[in-house]
Amino acid sequence: MIEVEGLTKRYGTKTAVDHLSFRVRPGMITGFLGPNGAGKSTTMRMMLDLDNPTSGTVRIDGRHYRDLDEPLKYIGALLDAKAMHGGRSAYNNLLCLAQSNRIPERRVGEVLELVGLTAVARKKSKGFSLGMGQRLGIASALLGDPEILMFDEPVNGLDPEGIHWIRNLMKALAAEGRTIFVSSHLMSEMALTADHLIVIGQGKLLADTSMADFIQQNSRSYVRLRSPQRERVRDVLHAHGFTAVEAGGGALEVDGATTERLGELAAENGLVLHELSSQRASLEEAFMRMTAGAVEYHAHGTDIHGGALAAPGPRWGATSEEA
Amino acid sequence: MTAPTPSPAPHSYVSPIPVRRAHLGDALASEWTKIRSLRSTMWTLGVMVLLMLGVGFGVALIVAAASEYPAENESALGMGFFGLLLGSICVMTLGVLTIASEYGTGMIRTTLTACPSRGRVLLAKAIVFFALVFTITTLTATVVAVAQVALVSGPEPTVDQWLRATVGAGLFLALTGLVSLAVGTLIRHSAGAITIMIGVMLMPLVAAMFMMAESLSGVRDWLLAYALPSQMIALYSSVPVEGASGPTGWDPVWIMLVLALGALGGAFAVLNSRDV
Amino acid sequence: MIEAIGLTKRYGAKTAVYNLSFQVRPGVVTGFLGPNGSGKSTTMRMILGLDRPTAGSVTIGGHPFPQLPNAPRQVGALLDAKAVHGGRSARNHLLSLAQLAGIPAQRVDEVLGVVGLQEVARQRSKGFSLGMGQRLGIAAALLGDPQVLLFDEPVNGLDPEGILWVRNLMRKLASEGRTVFVSSHLMSEMALTADHLIVIGRGQLLADMPVREFIAANSAGFARVRTPEGEPEQREKLTAALTEAGGQVLSEPDGALRVAGLPLPRISDLAHGADVRLWELSPHQASLEEAYMRLTQGAVDYRSTDDRLAHLQAPPQPGQPGYGQPPQPVIPEVPQQGWYAPPPPGQNPYASPQPSDTPKDAR
Repeated sequence: MIEVEGLTKRYGTKTAVDHLSFRVRPGMITGFLGPNGAGKSTTMRMMLDLDNPTSGTVRIDGRHYRDLDEPLKYIGALLDAKAMHGGRSAYNNLLCLAQSNRIPERRVGEVLELVGLTAVARKKSKGFSLGMGQRLGIASALLGDPEILMFDEPVNGLDPEGIHWIRNLMKALAAEGRTIFVSSHLMSEMALTADHLIVIGQGKLLADTSMADFIQQNSRSYVRLRSPQRERVRDVLHAHGFTAVEAGGGALEVDGATTERLGELAAENGLVLHELSSQRASLEEAFMRMTAGAVEYHAHGTDIHGGALAAPGPRWGATSEEA
Repeated sequence: MTAPTPSPAPHSYVSPIPVRRAHLGDALASEWTKIRSLRSTMWTLGVMVLLMLGVGFGVALIVAAASEYPAENESALGMGFFGLLLGSICVMTLGVLTIASEYGTGMIRTTLTACPSRGRVLLAKAIVFFALVFTITTLTATVVAVAQVALVSGPEPTVDQWLRATVGAGLFLALTGLVSLAVGTLIRHSAGAITIMIGVMLMPLVAAMFMMAESLSGVRDWLLAYALPSQMIALYSSVPVEGASGPTGWDPVWIMLVLALGALGGAFAVLNSRDV
Repeated sequence: MIEAIGLTKRYGAKTAVYNLSFQVRPGVVTGFLGPNGSGKSTTMRMILGLDRPTAGSVTIGGHPFPQLPNAPRQVGALLDAKAVHGGRSARNHLLSLAQLAGIPAQRVDEVLGVVGLQEVARQRSKGFSLGMGQRLGIAAALLGDPQVLLFDEPVNGLDPEGILWVRNLMRKLASEGRTVFVSSHLMSEMALTADHLIVIGRGQLLADMPVREFIAANSAGFARVRTPEGEPEQREKLTAALTEAGGQVLSEPDGALRVAGLPLPRISDLAHGADVRLWELSPHQASLEEAYMRLTQGAVDYRSTDDRLAHLQAPPQPGQPGYGQPPQPVIPEVPQQGWYAPPPPGQNPYASPQPSDTPKDAR
């Protein structure tokens, strides 16, 4: 478990991280979200003792990183896959790391096989593609068989099979009881991976909830029904205080209901249902809604994308009729 | 429009602004923006100007302080050779970087996607580079030449000698730069191409120095006459540097022109045929 | 429109692309998918005239790229956002590209505004973050107001807002009638963006069809059915009824049933006939990722050797439906957690069963 308590980091007048407190628990994948400049990398670096906090503490299973004898056996991290010496082979890069933490040499071969780089183990890592470099970084994180794993943008450069593989790997590792901490910008990937979310903006904590709670709190969820007996269904629902709204394609949408309740209701009244499903927004939608409302999210009030797709000023080639 | 326009498929977007064919003038404007927007260009040319001025003035002051004038029948302009030699290194560097830095950063793909006519890109680079280097070198050489003649009392140079020391020097360096540009295109690697150019400049002299044997004397003489530094000296004088035959006067400029045209021709051919 | 006919590229003995023929049409976002090493980049470079094909041809709007009179006015591309000279400012970089095509400087400021880089336009691009460099590359592609746009990994380095913005941008460009060709490894993103897919593997065409058809052709849709909790007999009755009717039934970790091969109304009727109440009946389609993985099995160079991760579903225990039955043919694997509500934290369905755990039926 990682415990972060009142973590603060200031660079001169600028506060990068502002009194962050949260716990990263074992047995699940915790996603770490926030816009660029929110302090995510700074926080992760402080967790690995690469930066000194201005105040506050980070404890790994109750101890400071510096007090760990062989830290790679406790925490494995993939922060920057390019941080490997290009002139050294993949095997030797990992061997140095292993030896520095008294990890047996056979482990190097094991992790290389795990990530699928055995064929290129003896090639110099500067010739590696982005995806191969990423896999090497993952191998180095797994080297010490640590309890805690931290990944920053793990799927960067991987092809679809690699993305599928790393996602399943993280789930399996979490299932073994390890603590998995993942930071990423890819909402669609995060939705498939994380169980718990920590969201920060401008160095401050914005949310620390489970995935399900996050989506439920920040978006509309409803039940979608389809039935050959639409009118009867609507009447029954209305009689029990539910409002059914017509949606496209002959379906009905009911807010504020659960599928269980409506299923029982249908059974009690002998209604035939051809669909009874609960609909939630995507993680991306929930995230966008939450951060749109949070004033602390953006560093400046203005929309950094310059008003989405509209160009300022007179358009190139615009005639007086068009403009 | 006479140029073929792509026929739009039904319901496909057509830009409201009419498309006109891109031409060399566009490429020239683009290359000028590229070369002037880099600090490294200003640094390289700045260093060159400083070296030429510094060395030129320095040598002139030293000679002026000496009691006698070393070369009886040569004008003071010949002292411009030292600055020219140092300046040539800067020009070679800039010539290589103008093209090889695009390969280094990967920008060459963006450039060639924006202008599929590769010959036009290379021609525009050559023209802009030549114009820039020629102008700056000629101006600097003129300042140095005037200062040298003023400071040192020697025979009065002829008009032809004045021209050679100013315009000739500018042409010589700019043409050397064009050769570097071509080498940069062929090698595609900045450090490698610069090394080759400096090697080409210095190696013949070094090799000639070690050719002691009599049987190699012909080769040695040829190398000593045609090595680049020798050609630079020859630019300023009316008699050949080594022996009876060898380039004099305007000959080095012609030789460099032929070299530049040949190298650029090779570069054009290679650029067009190679995958990027 | 981009059209490739019999496109082939060999580098010595190695064939990178072989006999590739496809069309990329205007008005839709076309996704270009394939594993690493499948020839995607080679194909895109051939489209842009950077590599010469060994055989075959590729044209844009009917003309090969080198013969376009003014390429940036007709084709815009984002291939590699890092391909910028660090010493040059963003504005000067775009200006040099604009001038090559005879585009006025005013347009440069316009696209800088569109991508949101107007504040840093005069700064040297060396200091740009990955996301800013990416936006600069998108700006360069948009400069000439082109009909055809090619993007290679456009959302690399962008934050969630940026990712959403690029997705919306591509859809808008396609809706204007432009031809948008996007190559990416992110299946989950691609599923939200692309309308049509072109998939290659080992240099050859594997698929060229709309996204829906692709998913349908390469995976099976299924229904998720839940019976009331605390009544395991209901579940067993339903499973028996469904199996008898020809459906294929699998257990899901949270106790629901996954039914393939039967339409939803039929499942509803069968449940009614078996006197079973339903607490959920929802249709599901496989993910694009799943469909893609099925298609490209065996067309990948560096595969991970880890077998233990391939099966995330706990094998059926005695008493659960599905136990003791013969292996089901052609069943899609258990989907990712995103398709149904993830379990509360602390209760991980993939954790190996502990002796102290209550049996799954009673949950």
